[in-house]
Amino acid sequence: MRQALLDVRRLSVRIPVEAGTLHAVRDASLAIGRGETLCVVGESGCGKSLTSLAIMGLLPPGAVRSAELLSFDGEDLLRAPRSRMRALRGNRMAMIFQEPMTSLNPAWTIGEQLAEPFLHHGKGDRRQARDRAVELLERVGITAAASRLVQYPHELSGGLRQRVMIAMALMCGPELLLADEPTTALDVTIQAEILRLLARLQREMGLALLLVTHDLGVVAAVATRVAVMYAGEVVEEGPAEAVFGAPRHPYTQGLLRCIPIPGETPRGQPLGTIPGSVPSLVGGFESCAFRDRCPHARAACAEPVAERMDAAGHRWRCILEPSG
Amino acid sequence: MLRFALRRALLALAVGLAVSAIAFLLLRVSGDLAAAIAGEDAPAAEVERIRAQFGLDRPLLVQYAEWLGRALLGDLGRSLFYPQSVSALILDRLPNTALLATLGLLLALLISIPLGVAAAIGRNTWVDRLALGLAVLGQAMPNFWFALLLIIVFGLMLQWAPISGSEGFASFILPAVALGWFSAPVLMRLTRAGMVEVLSADYIRTAHAKGLPVRTVLFKHALRNAIVPVVALASVQFGNMLSGSVVIETVFALQGIGYLAWESISRRDFPVVQGILLVVALFYVVLTMVADLLNAWLDPRIRRAA
Ligand SMILES: Nc1ncnc2c1ncn2[C@@H]1O[C@H](COP(=O)(O)OP(=O)(O)OP(=O)(O)O)[C@@H](O)[C@H]1O
Ligand code: SF4
Ligand SMILES: [Mg+2]
Repeated sequence: MRQALLDVRRLSVRIPVEAGTLHAVRDASLAIGRGETLCVVGESGCGKSLTSLAIMGLLPPGAVRSAELLSFDGEDLLRAPRSRMRALRGNRMAMIFQEPMTSLNPAWTIGEQLAEPFLHHGKGDRRQARDRAVELLERVGITAAASRLVQYPHELSGGLRQRVMIAMALMCGPELLLADEPTTALDVTIQAEILRLLARLQREMGLALLLVTHDLGVVAAVATRVAVMYAGEVVEEGPAEAVFGAPRHPYTQGLLRCIPIPGETPRGQPLGTIPGSVPSLVGGFESCAFRDRCPHARAACAEPVAERMDAAGHRWRCILEPSG
Repeated sequence: MLRFALRRALLALAVGLAVSAIAFLLLRVSGDLAAAIAGEDAPAAEVERIRAQFGLDRPLLVQYAEWLGRALLGDLGRSLFYPQSVSALILDRLPNTALLATLGLLLALLISIPLGVAAAIGRNTWVDRLALGLAVLGQAMPNFWFALLLIIVFGLMLQWAPISGSEGFASFILPAVALGWFSAPVLMRLTRAGMVEVLSADYIRTAHAKGLPVRTVLFKHALRNAIVPVVALASVQFGNMLSGSVVIETVFALQGIGYLAWESISRRDFPVVQGILLVVALFYVVLTMVADLLNAWLDPRIRRAA
């Protein structure tokens, strides 16, 4: 396999809690090539945000990250000093968050906050930063861009704020963009617009995009690869056609009960729901984590489940033999 | 921002007027002024003569208008005890109190803000506990006791600073430390609480995601938001300091406003009491306005809300 821009192998995130250790992300492996879009799907609480934050080195205090490999453009991020991470963050790798209403600083103008990464990473002077900010605001579909620069976040709607966040992430022309459920907190009508915008920017700028989303229609339309997470694990990952066309893991099959077909599945189509709820992540698992909810569960599922992979690079964690 | 400032100034003016009316009325209801001026054993006719002479028999509103007009020109009447006018007395004492209060506030901020920030960053570590310990110590010790301690250690034993009087800058050091020490703990706790809250805000994560250095995140993004309630409290404390600390001024024999007020109340020197009341109340009005403007500058949402 050719060198991926982002290569994550066996990433784990542990958070000490009162009852013990919360294994929020367990041995998750992902890779994204330049210009590719990896969509990450999974129920709430399965570790999608923490995976993205761990890649950026932005985990909340107390959370511990470990991995076999975490490399960005061939560079080992696991051993990178903080200063090196700061040089990459906001510059070559950027992130937009799930909470557009609170992700901008209420005390500074949009213009100041947009200029900040540009100036800090030495991309130019204040005038160039301003020009770049106006250009990007226009590109993310904000009208009267120049007059927005002097506005404060509280003067903008949630949708506009998320567009500003996107523009801010793009200020330094990153190669990798992590977008963590960028539309979950927004009005349904705006969600599709923002996702379409992200997909367009990804194409135009050749970004490697890690997109966490619940919108299966969008996944079907934009994903190069899809990763399905469950209880902190990547239970299935592979090329979009393979995961959609022949889902191997019963969890994926449940999520895809309405299998999205590019061009046919409407945008906004939610993930299927599966009876039962996500097990507690405190203490980890000896068995398949999905066993309590799996319609195919059997005695052998009580043993640790190894990951399997086929020739096309489609990986999954389930003991069942692929049927046809 | 300009419109906000204008509205705040107008509001301050209105409050200032109300305050002046209260200061005026307080003196009138505190007893029969004519009798007080005439002295304790003066015959009734003498009291009536004084009443007419001072215009105290006219309608209250007329008296207030006249008093306000004079007050605006700096004439607050005469002391019943000192030969000077009230304004001369206040102007004589005010610089001492103002210098003391300014130094006290600066010291308090200088101790409390860095300590509060450090305690928030290192929360639940030894830094936090040390800061908490200092805060408890600052609040638990009565300030006259702490002032005496300062006098004994730094004034008498080490002889680093003069222990009394108001001659020269040096004589203000110990009283300012005593004053600042006392108001630092609350400011520190408030800074810490604000920083703890702000540091877990989503926009702080955004700032880190931009790759900004820690000091930029802390001071540009966090402190500016955390400091807003501290500004409001600091302005109230500054007001308290400006109205003069009787205890500190007495212990260090500083001729300030607090001491003058105390003297005048015990001597029933009403015009002086009234003058001080007015000046101090106006300080509060102005300080509140300044704090509001400062906060509106720090947090643009306030400009809108008001
Ligand atoms: N700071 C934290 N302290 C303790 N537990 C946490 C913390 N952050 C996340 N968790 C827990 O880790 C698990 C994974 O969280 P994460 O935010 O990654 O989920 P997610 O897949 O992004 O969910 P969602 O779709 O709701 O955003 C959850 O069980 C969550 O409760
Ligand atoms: S390993 Fe067993 S329990 Fe787990 S998903 Fe496969 S069949 Fe279901
Ligand atoms: Mg999340």
